[in-house]
Amino acid sequence: MNMPVLKSESLAAIPSPGPAAPAPSGAVVTLRLPKARFASKLKPRLTAIASNVLPPLIMLALILTVWQILGSRPGATLPSPSKIWTEARDLITDPFFVAGPQDIGLGWRVLTSLQRVMIGYGFAAVIGVMFGTIIGQSVWAMRGLDPIFQVLRTISPLAWLPISLAAFRDSQPSAIFVIFITSVWPIIINTAVGIRNIPQDYRNVAAVLRLNPLEFFFKIMIPSAAPYIFTGLRIGIGLSWLAIVAAEMLTGGVGIGFFIWDAWNSSRLSDIVVALVYIGMIGFVLDRIVALIARFVTRGTAAS
Amino acid sequence: MGAYLHVDHLSKTFTRGSQETEVLHDVTLTIERGEYVSIIGHSGCGKSTLLNIVAGLVPATLGGVILEDKLVNEPGPDRAVVFQNHSLLPWLTVYDNVSIAVNKVFGGKKSRAERHDWVMHNLDLVQMGHAKDKRPAEISGGMKQRVGLARALAMEPKVLLLDEPFGALDALTRAHLQDSVMAIHAKLGNTVLMITHDVDEAVLLSDRIVMMTNGPSARIGEVLDVPLARPRKRLALAADATYLKCRQRVLEFLYERHRFVEAA
Repeated sequence: MNMPVLKSESLAAIPSPGPAAPAPSGAVVTLRLPKARFASKLKPRLTAIASNVLPPLIMLALILTVWQILGSRPGATLPSPSKIWTEARDLITDPFFVAGPQDIGLGWRVLTSLQRVMIGYGFAAVIGVMFGTIIGQSVWAMRGLDPIFQVLRTISPLAWLPISLAAFRDSQPSAIFVIFITSVWPIIINTAVGIRNIPQDYRNVAAVLRLNPLEFFFKIMIPSAAPYIFTGLRIGIGLSWLAIVAAEMLTGGVGIGFFIWDAWNSSRLSDIVVALVYIGMIGFVLDRIVALIARFVTRGTAAS
Repeated sequence: MGAYLHVDHLSKTFTRGSQETEVLHDVTLTIERGEYVSIIGHSGCGKSTLLNIVAGLVPATLGGVILEDKLVNEPGPDRAVVFQNHSLLPWLTVYDNVSIAVNKVFGGKKSRAERHDWVMHNLDLVQMGHAKDKRPAEISGGMKQRVGLARALAMEPKVLLLDEPFGALDALTRAHLQDSVMAIHAKLGNTVLMITHDVDEAVLLSDRIVMMTNGPSARIGEVLDVPLARPRKRLALAADATYLKCRQRVLEFLYERHRFVEAA
């Protein structure tokens, strides 16, 4: 079936089909059909992409224009987009340059910050899911710990910093601890809710099968609570990205947060704006990544 | 030697705070090997509680359940349950939903290939072999219930417990599944304890029908033998005198002598 269709396609591509191309008429019809279908499929898809991409682009252009007008007035305190472009061009165009020990591209700084976030967030994810499971399983752990967690989770990330500096006596672990303590609460609380919401039916199935606690944890609890756990993980990654900038401003060293503080101290306002854009983009990407993993992992559970 | 499955002077009282409610009162029931027994009664009469106690999911307050001369008071694969709402794990495929049971029950006894064959054998038994790679969300309610049945059968239970297995299905699908269960029962000779609130279903499938009085303190009101020869054919039975008489007996019990009293 495939052969004549392929053949006639290559023949049809030749502009002048003389008598040397005796393609069977049936093959031509079957060729035209998928082609037309492909075009009719492509068009709505393009329209869909355009309707998603165009509005934000138009809005962005509008915002930049207004900003440009406001920023180029005499006496403007903040730089206009064109001024940022001329002043911080190297930062925008090349994220990974190395010009000296303290003069490196924003990409490197973001990576350093990301590394801290990953360590702190990794701890938060593991410990958060563990504690959440315990709290979700045990009514008494819930009653005892939930009020405490509800109070602790409202404490601002930066309020933890002096305490952790005093405890660790070093900026690196302190920053990581701040990330951890900021992002762990939503993970704990959401995991606990997910575990508590495991349907009794699944528990009955596990009981009839006599699953041991470990099998129950991996085969029933985690998959069943996965949508809730990922809600917590997604809130957590957002919070930790919020916290890292603040923590780095105070602890110093390499990192996107300290870069902003440093730029402020040397009045490089354009650099700060570029850094803000970086932070926003990375935060967006982090959120998307966790959302994608969540969609992949919970594809069965979420569908029911 | 006692009976195969013996429910002995079973009572169940639920305590909520200081309030005590007796759900079941002194229920005694024996089931022989290979027998198909239905429990019928109005909702709230504790028939599901009775099944859950036999399954070991709910502890009895008084009395106990004896299976092959052994007291059973915790759940296990020898009393596999087909739950009313299928209870398949939605993140697993149809195949994996059955294989999780097979791997657990036969993990040390059968080789990997044997276990695979056993999963497929049971899926084919309920005519679900074609859908083995689908997830529960992708198949119909009747198909889910078939897979639930396959999972229970795959445990090779001594007693198969069916908790209103067809309750959530439309009439046509229900009839299909009832025929499947009859065919499987004829082929494998399982011992079955089924909860139902459908009179026709009870008469069609059962060797004996246990009728429960209304709760609280529900007890066995009457036990009816269904002396119909197997294999039974739905159409032929519709005009069968014995069938109609059995049906009449159950209906009389449920709607005259033990009418459901609302807001009692």
